[in-house]
Parts: sequence; structure tokens; C-alpha cells
Amino acid sequence: MPLIPVVLWTDALVYLLILVALGFALYAMHHEHLRAPWRAVIRSPAGMASLIVLAVYGGIGILDTVHVRLRIEQAGEARYGPEILSLLDLALTDLRTRQEKTYSAPLATHLYAKESILQPDGTLSRDYPRLQYGGAHLRDPGTEHARDIAGRSGQGLVEGLALWVLISTLLIGGLAYRQRQPFDQLFGQILRGQTEIPWRLALFTLGLILILASITAELAAAYHVLGTDKVGEDVLYQALKGIRTGLVIGTLTTLVMLPAALLLGVMAGYFGGWVDDLIQYLYTTLNSIPGVLLIAAAILMLQVYMNAHADDFKSLVERADLRLLWLCVILGVTSWTGLCRLLRGEALKLRESDYVLAARALGVGHFAIIVRHLLPNVFHIVLINLVLDFSGLVLAEAVLSYINIGVDPTMYSWGNMINSARLELARDPVVWWSLAAAFGFMFVLILAANLFADVVRDAFDPRLRILRA
Amino acid sequence: MTAYLIRRVLYAIPILIGVNLITFILFFIVNSPDDMARMHLGQKRVIPEAIEAWKVERGYNLPLLYNGQVEGFRRLTDTIFFQKSLKLFAFQFGLSDSGRDIGYDISQRMWPSLAIAVPVLFVGLLLNISYALFIVFFRATHIDFGSAVLLVILMSISGLFYIISGQYLMAKLWHLVPVSGYREGLESWRFLILPVLVGVISGIGSGTRWYRTLFLEEIERDYVRTARAKGLPEHLVLFRHVLRNALIPILTGVVAILPLLFMGSLITESFFGIPGLGSYTIDAINNQDFAIVRAMVFLGAVLHILGLILTDISYTLVDPRVRLP
Amino acid sequence: MHFRSGWGLAVLSLILGLTGCGHQSPWNDPYPSAESGANIYYGSFAERPKHLDPARAYSADEYAFLAQIYEPPLQYHFLLRPYRLVPLIAGEVPEPVYLNAMGDPLPKDAPPQAIAYSDYLIRIRPGIYFQPHPALASTPDGGYRYHDLDLRDLRGIHRLADFAETGTRELVAEDLVYQIKRLAAPWNHSPIAGLMRQHIQGFAELAEQLGPWLGSPPLERARALRAARLSGVEVLDRYRLRIRIQGKYPQFIYWLAMPFFAPMPWEADVFYAQPGLAERNISLDWYPIGTGPYLLVENDPNRRMVLERNPNFHGERYPSEGMPGDAERGLLRDAGNPLPLIDRAVYSLEKEDIPRWTKFLQGYYDVSGIGSDTFDQAIQIDALGNPVLTERLQQQGIRLLTAVEPSIYYLGFNMLDPLIGGDSERARLLRLALSIAVDFEEFIAIFANGRGLPAQGPIPPGIFGYREGETGINPFVYGWRDGRPQRRDIEEARALMHMAGYPNGIDPQTGRALTLNYEAVATGPDDRARLNWIRKQFAKLGVELVIRATDYNRFQEKIRNGTGQVFMWGWNADYPDPENFLFLLYGPNGKVKYQGENAANYANPEFDRLFEQMKDLPDGPERQAIIDRMLAIVRADAPWVFGFHPRSFTLHQRWLSNAYPNQMANNTLKYLRLDPADRQAARIAWNRPVLWPLALIGSLLTFLVVPGWLAVYRRERMSAL
Repeated sequence: MPLIPVVLWTDALVYLLILVALGFALYAMHHEHLRAPWRAVIRSPAGMASLIVLAVYGGIGILDTVHVRLRIEQAGEARYGPEILSLLDLALTDLRTRQEKTYSAPLATHLYAKESILQPDGTLSRDYPRLQYGGAHLRDPGTEHARDIAGRSGQGLVEGLALWVLISTLLIGGLAYRQRQPFDQLFGQILRGQTEIPWRLALFTLGLILILASITAELAAAYHVLGTDKVGEDVLYQALKGIRTGLVIGTLTTLVMLPAALLLGVMAGYFGGWVDDLIQYLYTTLNSIPGVLLIAAAILMLQVYMNAHADDFKSLVERADLRLLWLCVILGVTSWTGLCRLLRGEALKLRESDYVLAARALGVGHFAIIVRHLLPNVFHIVLINLVLDFSGLVLAEAVLSYINIGVDPTMYSWGNMINSARLELARDPVVWWSLAAAFGFMFVLILAANLFADVVRDAFDPRLRILRA
Repeated sequence: MTAYLIRRVLYAIPILIGVNLITFILFFIVNSPDDMARMHLGQKRVIPEAIEAWKVERGYNLPLLYNGQVEGFRRLTDTIFFQKSLKLFAFQFGLSDSGRDIGYDISQRMWPSLAIAVPVLFVGLLLNISYALFIVFFRATHIDFGSAVLLVILMSISGLFYIISGQYLMAKLWHLVPVSGYREGLESWRFLILPVLVGVISGIGSGTRWYRTLFLEEIERDYVRTARAKGLPEHLVLFRHVLRNALIPILTGVVAILPLLFMGSLITESFFGIPGLGSYTIDAINNQDFAIVRAMVFLGAVLHILGLILTDISYTLVDPRVRLP
Repeated sequence: MHFRSGWGLAVLSLILGLTGCGHQSPWNDPYPSAESGANIYYGSFAERPKHLDPARAYSADEYAFLAQIYEPPLQYHFLLRPYRLVPLIAGEVPEPVYLNAMGDPLPKDAPPQAIAYSDYLIRIRPGIYFQPHPALASTPDGGYRYHDLDLRDLRGIHRLADFAETGTRELVAEDLVYQIKRLAAPWNHSPIAGLMRQHIQGFAELAEQLGPWLGSPPLERARALRAARLSGVEVLDRYRLRIRIQGKYPQFIYWLAMPFFAPMPWEADVFYAQPGLAERNISLDWYPIGTGPYLLVENDPNRRMVLERNPNFHGERYPSEGMPGDAERGLLRDAGNPLPLIDRAVYSLEKEDIPRWTKFLQGYYDVSGIGSDTFDQAIQIDALGNPVLTERLQQQGIRLLTAVEPSIYYLGFNMLDPLIGGDSERARLLRLALSIAVDFEEFIAIFANGRGLPAQGPIPPGIFGYREGETGINPFVYGWRDGRPQRRDIEEARALMHMAGYPNGIDPQTGRALTLNYEAVATGPDDRARLNWIRKQFAKLGVELVIRATDYNRFQEKIRNGTGQVFMWGWNADYPDPENFLFLLYGPNGKVKYQGENAANYANPEFDRLFEQMKDLPDGPERQAIIDRMLAIVRADAPWVFGFHPRSFTLHQRWLSNAYPNQMANNTLKYLRLDPADRQAARIAWNRPVLWPLALIGSLLTFLVVPGWLAVYRRERMSAL
């Protein structure tokens, strides 16, 4: 085999998350009260568009989650290289390895700073040196540069369009087959925006993404589309790698603390009495500690642990991964209290409901009541909480990295990009592309997440549903 | 009411002990007293005797939580934890590990923090409520829809972006305000204007959305419909009924965060070089000054609990129907 | 919705208010407009000085203040090179008198073994007075005004300046003796106590003797210290004292130029020891009392530190002697003028690089270093490879000063590690191979913008023992080609790896790539790039480097425990003597075994023997020969990859004169001269506010608010109908 898979801690949890999500999807499909809100989500234009954007981010994130080690042939025997790479790394090998010397602007052919160049005749002159990779195929960048970029963009546009047409046709065809409608009738409905599910918007969003992606891909084959950073690394690659970090923080944080929050919150509400007092005491205490201090202490603690057990963390990737996981856990500790309180309140209400009282009268055990009657009925709160927290957590990562208690400094993340790039604004001329790329990628994700969260909340929160009616 | 308050205050004590214990454990898992001594004695030519001497002087030569060397009660009291925690409850923060009086430092540094936090809160409140009323006035129109999109966009921009770009534009390119720093007295407004502006703008998105939801909830109620049916102009409906009734959640929300304003903003203060409590905390973390960290955590916890109590009280004051148990 | 237009009004009034606030100082002036024409120096500091007690302070950021306030007996000459000690408060530079065990004087050239003691006779100049200070304030009957404070007296007192009265008295020999005793007092935690214990006669006994007072109240400690006797330091008369050193320690003279040996009046200790003062942050660590040209008037290290001219300063004149060319550079224009030349110095806390740099460019700081990120903006390298300022900075009249610092950054190998350390030939070859592979020229180019000189050994240029040219290179790592040192080819390193038994970096025992641990301090955003770079250097030889990044505390702990393998560290000279660098490799100075500064734990008997010989020799051919032999030994053993000596680049505004890099002296503020009128003119010219964005935002708001208001109005009308 040319590669062996490696499963890091966060990878495992991401797989678990996907399994849980799939399981939930299957479950939801067979239960009408769960299917209805999801249908509402799909049918809202904002929900559909943001779902597609999130799916693209998620896809990249999952690609970046599957880690492998490559086989290297050595004197006839097979051995696996020490470097842990993800599928995304493999797909972007070109971007990853084409490292320039230092800053270069987006799509540039020359470095951003003048350097002393040794001329063939032995004299030194100061000029902008050519990039080693970016636009290296051009013989005379001055005249060919703009034409080459236009040509490549055009080619990308055409390819993207072609791909889009193909996918759209297949999709509409599939739909038409399922709904037993003639193709052109359905096509017409979609074109006029008359379908229940906003297919027109979905296809439009998809088309936009496809075209953008294929243009970027065409250009990236020969240029650094978003420029390079201080040590000459491609900024587009960094921004793409940052996606996984953002997603992991946004989702795993809630996931890792979910069992505790769920159990404690429901228990507090259901049992009342001293259990309630104890749990309330626990979360009030935790809540009273300023979050940043807690996170700082926890991150330092992890470092101490890793240094004490240095042999267990041979590779940089593993260390960074553990720190990411730990950050998720500790962010979870600071944020689970809100969810816990909500769940307690809900459980308090449900405890007095007819079916719980009936179950108790029939002698059903506490555990069974909690699992069978309470948990399914508080689930929408968990879901709403999850989507609402997501964007806040992604933003928090950037802030924490600024005060050096975020993810590992060697990890690719938007927070780290912003942190290193904020020094670049002081340069003259300004180096803006790292900052812009990080903020841009983050903005799109959070915008999509916020829109999606709104739609999900509206769909699941019955109180609001009544209000809207 | 009084009995309730006393009970709440008493209930705060175990919470504060818990907070203190957690901080203490977290800090000393990370730092040994030896580390602290080295940090404070400097890097070059430090000898073990000097470290011992430092520990004796600052009272870090005792065991952390349990002293097996002595008998009886003193097993628990002759420890760093007990010795260092006791005085906190009397709000005697003592000396920082670098030898400064923490109480005095806090009393000095809370003013710059407040000078940013209070204007941000009130300007933000005014702006957000006005905008929310405006949106509600035009509910279910293009203005409503456009504003909703705008607010989500504003919410999706990282706060760091406002700070970085604000500093770059206002201070570096346009020479309108000083880049950073702070000065006491009347001239401080020149240093405050940018941080306050950044604080207000970064809060518009979520703030306005929250008030909009409040107002929308209120506007569906029967008395509002009645008022409108009586022919009251829309802006009077909004002001007299909707805003007045929505004031309860607004007020209690504000009261809950009011005490925490003292703590200052970590990021803003360190970016703009403002000597408030936020940057005090960050510096203490970086310098491993446990005395300050502990004092700030304690203060934060006290203020948090205070906020909770104030919220309860304000409920009863604005809405006589609510009675405290 | 009146408040929305009200908001627009607020903006408008703000604009009016801004424009109204005077023309004499720019809008973004961070200083009070009243100060704008004054003879004030503006500087910045990045980290608050932890200690201002001269017995404790030991870092550059502390010395930046302390050296202006306290005066040790000696100082370095401002202009002359090589560095030369000249008297400051002493009458002359003391010459040691050597004595044998009987106490009989020995000739100057006596063999070191014969010398039992060296005596330094220091004569303090009469007529030097301490700065005005409450500790010295007296009552009409001759007692001390503030030496018997109770809590009532302290009401309303938060700073030293809150004491109404101050006083002074003449500096006497006793004050210097008292300070030396303070160094021995265990409660003062002096970082050089351990070192002085080995050298000053009776120092260790004094420390033992004072031990029991460690837990006593401060006042008792101060009294005990005053009463205690230090046998090796003797007051001869009002102005003279004698310090007895065990054996021969020629480097002692350099310590006499450091603030550790600045005289301290006993009154200060007694004053600050009074109960209630420490609780008010009034301590010697915060409020110094010296004889120097400046005194500290404001100490708010969270914001700013302010120095002001000391009215009692004994007076000193600008040196009239310089190096050739100094007169042409205008450095002697002030020759013979009374110092200090500037009235006040304001240092603001500036933790972030960007604001500091921006303010410097706007004219609000008079001096600035150059961060790696702002380098391109400030410096270009000309055709000859010399740094010159960029056009923009030249137009602003900013000037550049460069100097190689007396420091070294090195990549150390832990010699106690079984794999990379030890004296086996295999490990030695491995270290040599790595020495070639780690390309510090590239490091300097990428991370220091070329501001560094690749090191050929531990001794930096400007220190005795450093050799220029071909004879000075490290032959194991460099070859001499085209008149300059050239790093050996990477193939040679690979060959060394082969010889060491690691062909292509593969460890034959495990069959896998050789793995080494790198201990790193990683806190900042730039660290990732640097760590990647280091890893790439090792990867050239097929060695896998595992980065173990932590904070500085952990890092130190690992070095102390000897658990690391490879690490990068630096050393900054205390004094310009080769001993101060070679002792970093002296065996009995090992970090793990002896808690010394030899972080690599290198120990070579021959090197140690030569070191002991070298340290007592005066500069000269004999010393040079021994140093050459020592360098040859460490170069062959390669306990370090000798990294580089940083080159400091500082920028000065055009209105600042007499700025001259002196890497040893810290008390250079007194020599500086300012032209405040020129500065004010430049600040106004460089900081014209740009108003169109304000107008744009204002009109934009109007365009939003007015139609909004109209729309409300119209809708109201419509619904009313």
C-alpha cells in the first residue's frame, strides 16, 4: 500500500461526530416531528444557500481530517515516512511545497521586497527578484503577465461552467426521475423559482462556488493566488488548512462537553433537591471564573503535561492536535454551563408533564424516564445551542490565539494567521493579503453559520414558530 | 427581601471558596513556587539559596494544600492555600509577588477600564435600541430584510478586524487620534475615542438583533394591538408601550453585566495600551504573578455574583409581580 | 426618531471640537500640548523594569533607567574604543595591590599562585551629594524628619512625592561599603551574591551572619545590616575605602562600573523599612536614591517612567577626547559642556511593536530600534552590501547607527546527553556535521534581516581575543575563499555523518531516521517560521528534529535538569572581557552539576586548565595565545553551533545629537542633546490630519439618517390616513 492511515485524537472525534450526525439523520428521517423542521430549513433560501457553503467547508475539513503517512522506498524495504499528511495536503502538494523566499503579492511574479542580486558580471544590484514558482513559466512577465492571468481565468471559468452544467443536468435529471416529472417541466419550474425547495438558489450558489474554485485552481497551478507570507508559504494553502481548525473548534467543543452538560442539566432539573443544589453550585462556580483565566491556566497545564511526557508526543502534528483537543475541552468547560442551565429549566418543566408523571406512577425507573422521555424532548435545545455557539467559537479561536493561549503556534489556523499578520500592517507598502485571506475565509464561514443558525432556530423553536404565525 | 439578600450573600461564600480552590489548583499544577521565584529573581546567576529565601519571604515555603508536619487544625491552616485565601474574603488583596499593593493597583486601574466600558455600554445601548426600533417600525419591509442581512454580516466580522483596521486608518493613515496610550484627566478622550468606537461598532450586530427580537415579541401582544386599534400613531405605540415594556429585560440584562464592566476588556486594552484591569490581568498571566491572578479571579467572581443578585433585585423593582422567595 | 439625527449632530460637534483643539500640537499627539516645546526626551520601554534596586537589577531594561540615576565608582568612556574604564564618582581607576598570604605586598608581575589577596583602594570624590529624598530630610534639631513614621503620618501618602520635605547629604565611603553589604544580605536576593561570595573577602561570612535575620521585620534587618561588618571591605577615612579580593580577579574592576556597586545611604534602607511603606508600594525597588544626573520623578511602569534633572548633581563635563573621525561626525561639538544636556526624559510603556514604530515615524519618539517587520521600510542594503536608510526615512532626516553587540546566540548541544553529547568521536562528528548544516547566514538573512555576524567562536568582535580575517575562522565549519569565510559544503557534512555512522541520517540501530529533540521557546507569531527553519536545517542531513516548544520557564527548567538535547540560547556580556564569554564553556560552571551558566554542560579538562590560566592574565600576546588554544579546542569539540553576534541598528531623529552606540555604557542619556523647536515643527508637518474621511463618514451618516427620518415620517402619515 502506498500509504497507511493515521488517526489523531481530533480525527477520531470528528469521525464520531459524523457518525452521530448520520445516526441522527437516519433517526430523523423516520420521525415526522424531526423531519418537519429540517424540511423547513431546506426550504428556506437562506438555509439552503448557507447549507451548501457549509457543506463545501465541511468537505474540505473532512479531506483535511483523513491523515496518512506515505510510503517511501528505501533500499528495497518498505517504510513509511515520518510526516503525517492529510488528504488535503496530498491534493495541494503543489501549493504546499512551492515555497518562495518571502512575501509576494497575490498573483505576483516578483518578490515584494527588493533584494541585492548578484549580477553575472559580479556587481550587486538592488531589484525585485523573480519568484521561484509564481509565474515562473513566463519569459517576460511585464508583457505576458496580465494576458496569462486573463487566459487562465477564462479557462477556469469555462471549466467551472462546464462542470456546473454537468452537475445541474444530472441533478435535475435525478430529481425529475424521482418526482416522475418531465425534465423540461421541472427545469422550467426551477428556472422560475417555483419549486418548494429553492433549487434555483441552490444551483446558483453551487455554480458560483464551482466557477470560483475552478478559476482559483487554474491560477493556483502557476501562481500564488493569495500571495505568500513572510517565509514564502502560500497563503491560500494556509487559509484552506485553517478551515479544519475552525470547524473542529466550532463543533467538537460542544460535542466533548455534551454528555456532561446533558446529563447534569437533565439530572438537576429532574431530581431537584440536593442533586440540583450540587449541580447548580458546580456550574455557578465554574461560571464565576473569568473564562480567559481558566483557558490560560488550562493551556499552560497541558504544556507542563506534554513536557513531562515528551516521549509520547514525538511529532509536531500530534502535539498540536492534542492541544487543539484540549482547547476544545476547556472551551467546552467554560461554555457548557449555559446549556446546562437551559436544560435544567426545560427538565424542570418536563418533570411535571403528564407523560412523565404517568411513567413514574407506572414505576418506570428514573434512568429509563430520563433516557426515554426527557432526552428526546430537550434535544432541540441542544441542537439550537450547537449551531448558535458555532460562530462564536470560531471567532474566539482568533482572539485566543492573539493572546497566545489558542491553538498551537505551529498549527494552521486563521487566528494564527491574523496574529502573525497584524505585524504586517505596519510595513510600508502594506502586506494585506494574509490578513484579508484569514478574515475573508472566516467571514464566509461565520456568515453561513449565522444564517444557518437563524434558520435552524426558527425551525426548531416552537415558541418562535407560534410567534411568526 | 432582606432575608433573601442575606441568604444570597451567604450562598456566595461556598462559591467563592470553590472558585478560589479551582484557581489555586490550576495555577499550582502549572507553576511550582520554585518557578515563581525564578521568574521574579531574574534569569542570570540565580542560586538555590536565593530561591529558598524568596519563598520564605513571600510565604511560599509551606505545603500547598495539606501540611503533614504539624498537628490538628494546623494541618489545613499552615498551607499556602489557607494563608493566601483567607485575606481575600476581607478584600485584602495584599502584595503582588513583585511587591506592589494589589488593592491600590486595582483602585487605580479600574478607572481607565471604566472609561472605555461605560461609554461603550451606553452609546451602544442607545444606538442599538434606536436601530432596533427603526427596524421594528419597518418590520416586514425591505428595510427590515436588508437590516437583518446587514446585522448578520456585522456579526460575522471578527472583532480583531475592527481593532486592526481602525488603528490602521484612524491613527496611521489619517493622523486623527494617537495610535495608543492613555493619559489621565480631560485629555483622555483623544485616547478613548477609537477604542470606544471599535467597541460600539463590534457590538452593533448582536446587540441590535437581540433588541429587535425583544421588541418583536412585545409588539405581538394584545395591549399593543389595542393601542394601535385606538389609532395611536405608530411611533407613540413603539415608545409608550413597546419600549417601556421591553425595558424590563433590557434593564435586567444591563444590570447583570454592570459589575463586570470593572474587569475591563482584555483585547482592547492590550491593543491600545490602556492601563486598565484587562491588561493588568494579561500581564499577570504572562508574568506568572499568582497573587494578582488570584485577586482578579476572586474579584471577577464576586462581581459576577453581584450581577446575579442585582438582576434579581431589579426584577422586583421594575415588575412588582415578581416576588423573591 | 429624533435621536438619530441627534447622533449626526454629535458627530458634527465632534468634528468641530477636534478642529477647535488648537493648532500648536497635532491631533494625534500623545503628550500634553504644554510639553510641546520643552527640552524633553521621549523614549519607550517594552517591559516594565522589575527591579530598580541596584543590588537586584540585572537586565538591560532595568539598567536603561538605573544607570541614569545611580553612579558606581567607574564608568566606560563614552567615545573611546576599545572600551576603557574612567572614574565616575571615584577619584581615579583603582590599581590592585597584590598581597601574599602574610599580607605583604607583591610586585605587579607576581605569579597568580603566589597572590593570596588583591586590594583595591577606592577614593570617592568629595563634594558629591545625593538627590533630594525624604529619607534624608532632617528636622531643625538635626534628626531625621521621616525616620519615625506611624500610620497616621502615612495618611494620604501613595507615592514618594507625597512626602512634603526632602533632604540630602554628602556621599561618603561608608555608603559604598553599605551597598556591598547589601549585596550580601540574603533578603536582597542580589543575583551576584553567589559570585561575589567567591571573591570578596568576608562576603560569605557576612551572608551567613545575616541569615538569622531573614525572617525578621524589615526595620530590624536594616539595623542589623548597618551594624554588621564585612571584613574584606574597610573604611579608611571619610572618602576612602579598601576592598580585599581573594586571590587575583582582574575582572573585578569591571563590576565596579555596574550599578551593583553604586553607593547607597543607610538612611534609605531604614526609611523604606518602616511599616506601612511597603504596602503603599514605596520601596527602594520603586523609588531609587542616587547621585546621578537624573532622578526618577514618576514611576508608573504600567504607563510611563519620568526622569528629571537632579538638582544636586555633582556636575560632569562632556568628554573632549574621541576617536579619529568623531569630531567630523559632530560628536565633540559639546566637548567640555556641563552634563546633562536634557531636562527631562519621558519613557512610555509600549508593548506592541507597531504602535511604537508608528509613533516613531510620527515623531513622538526620539529613538527607535527596528523590528524585523519594519526593517524593509527602514533599511535598504546598498550595492556594497552596507545598510542605508530608505528614501522616506532619509527625507525625514532620521539617522541610522549600527554596532555589533557584545553578545552571542548559539545552538547548544547538551553534552550530558548520551547521543549527541559526550566525548565519543561519533558524537563529535555528528555535532560537527550539524554545525556545518545549520546555516546561520540564512538565519541572519531571514530572521534578523542581515543584522548579525556569523560567529566563529564564542568571543564577539570588540572583545579581546577575537581575531579578524582568515586566522579567526572556525576551520571545521568555514573555509577561507575570495577573502571571506565561506561555509563548508553540505556534502562535507554528509560525509561527516557517514563517518559518524549515520549514513543519510539513518540510525543503523533502529533503521530509522536519527531523531533529535529541540527545546524551543515558542510564544510569538514569528516562532513557527523559525521552528520550521531549524527543522529544515537538520533535515538536510536526514536528521529528524522534534520540536518541543514551551514557555521560557519550562525551557530553563529543562536546561537546568539537562533533559534537552539541542537548544538555542544567548549570552549578553556583563563586561568587555573574554573571560565573560569563555566561562560559558568552563566545566565547573556546568548548568546541571553546578547551576552555572554553562548550559551545554561542556567539560574539557584541557580547556578548563587553560581557562584558569587565561582569566588572571592581562590582555597581551600571552593571553591571546592561550585564548587561541582554547578556541581551537571548542571548535573541534563543537559543544555549540556558534550562531551569530547580533548587530544592533538604532534609528535617531534628526533633532537628536550626540547619539553614539556604546554597548557597555548604559548611562548615555546625559550626553544626548535635543532641538525641541525642530522637533515640534517636524511633528506638525508629519501629522497633518486627513479630514476627508471624516467629512465622508459625516455625509454618509447624514445620507442614511435623513432619508430614514423622512421614511418614518412618510409611513406615519400613510398609516394615519
